[in-house]
Amino acid sequence: MTFSLAALGPALPEILLAVAALFLVLYGAIVGAKSVDTVNGLALAVLFAALVLVLLGPSEPAVLFGGSFQVDAYGRFLKVLTLLGSGGALAMSVDWLKVEKQSRFEFAVLILLSTLGMMMLISAGDLIALYMGLELMSLSLYVIAANNRDSVRSTEAGLKYFVLGALSSGMLLYGASLIYGFTGSVNFARIAEAAHEPTLGLIFGIVFMFAGLAFKVSAVPFHMWTPDVYEGAPTPVTAFFGAAPKVAAIAVFVRFSMEALPNVTHQWQQIVVFISLASMVLGAFAAIGQKNLKRLMAYSSIGHMGYALVGLAAGTEEGVRGVLVYMTIYMAMTLGTFACILSMRRKDGMVENYEDLAGLARTSPVKAFMLAALMFSLAGIPPLAGFLAKYYVFLAAIQAGLYTLAVVGVLASVVGAFYYLRIVKVMYFDEPATPFEPMPVELKAVLAVSGLFTLLLFVYPAPLLAAAGVAARALF
Amino acid sequence: MVIGLSHYLTVAAILFTLGTLGIFLNRKNVIVILMSVELILLAVNINFVAFSVFLGNITGQIFALFVLTVAAAEAAIGLAILVVFFRNRGSIAVEDINTMKG
Repeated sequence: MTFSLAALGPALPEILLAVAALFLVLYGAIVGAKSVDTVNGLALAVLFAALVLVLLGPSEPAVLFGGSFQVDAYGRFLKVLTLLGSGGALAMSVDWLKVEKQSRFEFAVLILLSTLGMMMLISAGDLIALYMGLELMSLSLYVIAANNRDSVRSTEAGLKYFVLGALSSGMLLYGASLIYGFTGSVNFARIAEAAHEPTLGLIFGIVFMFAGLAFKVSAVPFHMWTPDVYEGAPTPVTAFFGAAPKVAAIAVFVRFSMEALPNVTHQWQQIVVFISLASMVLGAFAAIGQKNLKRLMAYSSIGHMGYALVGLAAGTEEGVRGVLVYMTIYMAMTLGTFACILSMRRKDGMVENYEDLAGLARTSPVKAFMLAALMFSLAGIPPLAGFLAKYYVFLAAIQAGLYTLAVVGVLASVVGAFYYLRIVKVMYFDEPATPFEPMPVELKAVLAVSGLFTLLLFVYPAPLLAAAGVAARALF
Repeated sequence: MVIGLSHYLTVAAILFTLGTLGIFLNRKNVIVILMSVELILLAVNINFVAFSVFLGNITGQIFALFVLTVAAAEAAIGLAILVVFFRNRGSIAVEDINTMKG
């Protein structure tokens, strides 16, 4: 077998990230604490370069490393999304961490490494690559959850995330071993060939795999870590958790289901319908009692993962397109909302409760307007982007005959609207509280981009829909 | 008695169950949780190697090697997080991991 360096071309973005992360960790270790700014800047530049490389990459599908790494339109769409999410979160965190005196060069390196894990995850073509990507992502995330190592809450978040994450990786692996044993292969395409008849062992394997994957996307009943980790982790880390890893985990969930298990759809469809229903309902009801905005966003993300999984439950090309559109819009809304939460700083430090937003419409009207738009969009009120997102997944569910799922989803989003609208009410109708410190420019930029995206997407959604359509077709 | 695939799978299933129960029923110490995680991963490795031998296919053993490597990294990170947590909280008892409700 001959080996040529050019054959690695399609994996260039990942190679760049890996080499850059190793280089930056060395650079940081040699230069010491002074290197923080350089490392942060270089890490952002590397994420941007990887984004350019992904966009310029070959348009034909390519398979590398004996089938364990596949580059296709689906992967490209989600990699762009992941890199934007990571880059946005890193840009928002640099200044915040400096003010809070939690700045360390390892932070940017860990973001790079977990982004590399996500990209490997999105491109995974067999179970080994899936596991390695997932662990590279998760291990980095455990550490950055505990980034503020002098705080009980942050380290507790890291510890909880670690324990439950390790358990879920174990379940995923156990499922992977059963699937390997009962189909004789770890390659997705060959699993699909072998998995015609649903044997008991295979079904057990699928259940365990799905339990592990559901944990990573924080779907009910594997959501218990989410509120605590979201609340305890430093806020920019929470913003990162809400954006990029969710996209990557949903991506691999969809790819694995569609590429490895297309012949046993009926077996896994029931599982996805159940976790999707449970997530939507829990996300809607459990968030009502929350005062802490980060905790509220955790329950909100659980609910949103439920909506995204509606598209997967449909199991069709339209469904996958719905998931991709949903994740794009969800990520934009999450980053924008966290840009607002990150700017809730008073003279005596950060505040995190929704009551602290009181009267924001009078103290900083533009920010309040943007946040209100994001809240309406998260609630799914037309004509904002969040409505379009829900529309496409529910459309796919109805076309696939999953009426219960669509009806419960719509009802859950009505319940969920309560706590989003309460934030708008607090901002617009309550007596103003002490104004916040002025918002740093990078938060303004992220908020403006995501706010305008959610406000104006309905004017011209065609490019997003077309790109998601092309990406979804790559899986069928 | 010939030891067949099902015996290996049974042992692995028992170890996996013990590991999972160890995480959920353990009310004392986080170190025990780390040990339970290792138990789960080793149960998976038994599965992989047994399947690999009985299928006559080397992939399972390669997977097992990857799992071993990642398990080592995972244990290192887990202990590191545990050490910082202990510095802040002064305890690693499971019931003391309760600053946030949940």
